[in-house]
Amino acid sequence: MPLLSKKESKLILDPLADNNPITIQVLGICSALAITAELKASVVMAVSVLFVLGLGNVVISLMRNIIPSKIRIIVQLVVVATLVIVVDQTLKAFAYELSKTLSVFVGLIITNCIIMGRFEAFALGNGPWRSFLDGIGNALGYGVILIIVGFFRELLGSGTLFGIPVLGDPIAKTGLYAYGYENNGFMIIPPAALIVVGILIWIQRAKNPSLVEEA
Amino acid sequence: MLEHLELFFKSIFIDNMVFAVFLGMCSYLAVSKKVATAVGLGAAVIFVLAVTVPLNWLLDQYLLQPGALSWLGEEYASYDLSFLSFILFIATIATMVQLVEIVVEKFSPSLYNSLGIFLPLIAVNCAILGGSLFMQAREIPSLGLAFNYGLSSGIGWFLAILAIAAIREKIRYSAVPAPLRGLGITFIITGLMGIGFQSFGGMLTGDNEPPTVTEEVVEAVETEQIKEDPKDPKETEESTEVIAGID
Repeated sequence: MPLLSKKESKLILDPLADNNPITIQVLGICSALAITAELKASVVMAVSVLFVLGLGNVVISLMRNIIPSKIRIIVQLVVVATLVIVVDQTLKAFAYELSKTLSVFVGLIITNCIIMGRFEAFALGNGPWRSFLDGIGNALGYGVILIIVGFFRELLGSGTLFGIPVLGDPIAKTGLYAYGYENNGFMIIPPAALIVVGILIWIQRAKNPSLVEEA
Repeated sequence: MLEHLELFFKSIFIDNMVFAVFLGMCSYLAVSKKVATAVGLGAAVIFVLAVTVPLNWLLDQYLLQPGALSWLGEEYASYDLSFLSFILFIATIATMVQLVEIVVEKFSPSLYNSLGIFLPLIAVNCAILGGSLFMQAREIPSLGLAFNYGLSSGIGWFLAILAIAAIREKIRYSAVPAPLRGLGITFIITGLMGIGFQSFGGMLTGDNEPPTVTEEVVEAVETEQIKEDPKDPKETEESTEVIAGID
């Protein structure tokens, strides 16, 4: 018997492309845009969301039959907030510099719409194993976009990846810079993220016309 | 007084919630199809921010900061509860949102119906929690300034959603490439608006610079000059451009 049935692997694979939380469901945009100027921050954010969403979905799914529906939002917020505190304290302890870069955006995972959206739409109606897979799938779909955006913004904006220069030295004019290449400072400023995501959406929908919105 | 004024304009224009830090993007994108609903949600955000930021400031000042508990007595002065701030802030916000929902449902059922699902979602609007977290991170010194910060951040968010809703109502009549329609073009427009808002960055740092002539005045002068002397063909071209720009 394979590890995952067909339905279960669909839970993981769907959000990666055709049902991507950022480009299709339009959830969790805020953090996707704010922290993607560097690839490192994007990866840390993606991993944090993976942790919170995977575990949170399991916890909510286990409690789904005992949560009164009137107060479910508060219960969900408490679960997310607890998990985010764990992430925040861990980052502060082991990667202090990075937690300074991410500043309030770690806290804002609490209000990341992907998380509440998956709790509401999936974990409240499904068993823990399926919810776990759904959480992992959606967090991966979110992470993929984050890493793509971070990759292009850091490469074109600073000529580095993970802080390591890959295009040569812009001051000593080595590598690509010897041929007159310049870093595009535009990619560093926040609005560039919106435009990069806009172009990603454009490419995805051009490849898959069934996703095009009606006018 | 001056610092109030400075914070007010800074939070509306320079540190605009949407264009500078991308907070509350989900509802910003989802509810901006019509101006009327955008105004309703924007007003709700202003109100909730103006209430929750000062409340959370009090919590932060008298409960959460390192040493904040010293008003209880000497032995509590060394406590540091700041790790609890996420959970307490979000609890305040969720409670306040519930309250707003009840009030709106009672006094304006039409607004309640049009906001629909988005009113409870204000609780998970990042702009609200972000307001409180930025208030904590920037160490805003007094309750009055905290209220000011909440109010002006809300106004900034309101302006942003109002602007994008108006643009989206107009853009329905434009021939946008099919894959870019809807979400894609909204992203790119927001990016362009964000670049525009970046130009507010120097607003409060210029000390004794002479006041510069604004673009509008320059344009008006140009058109006047061109009207007076329409013989030069190059300038006539420019004048049509300017007029098209004004349209």
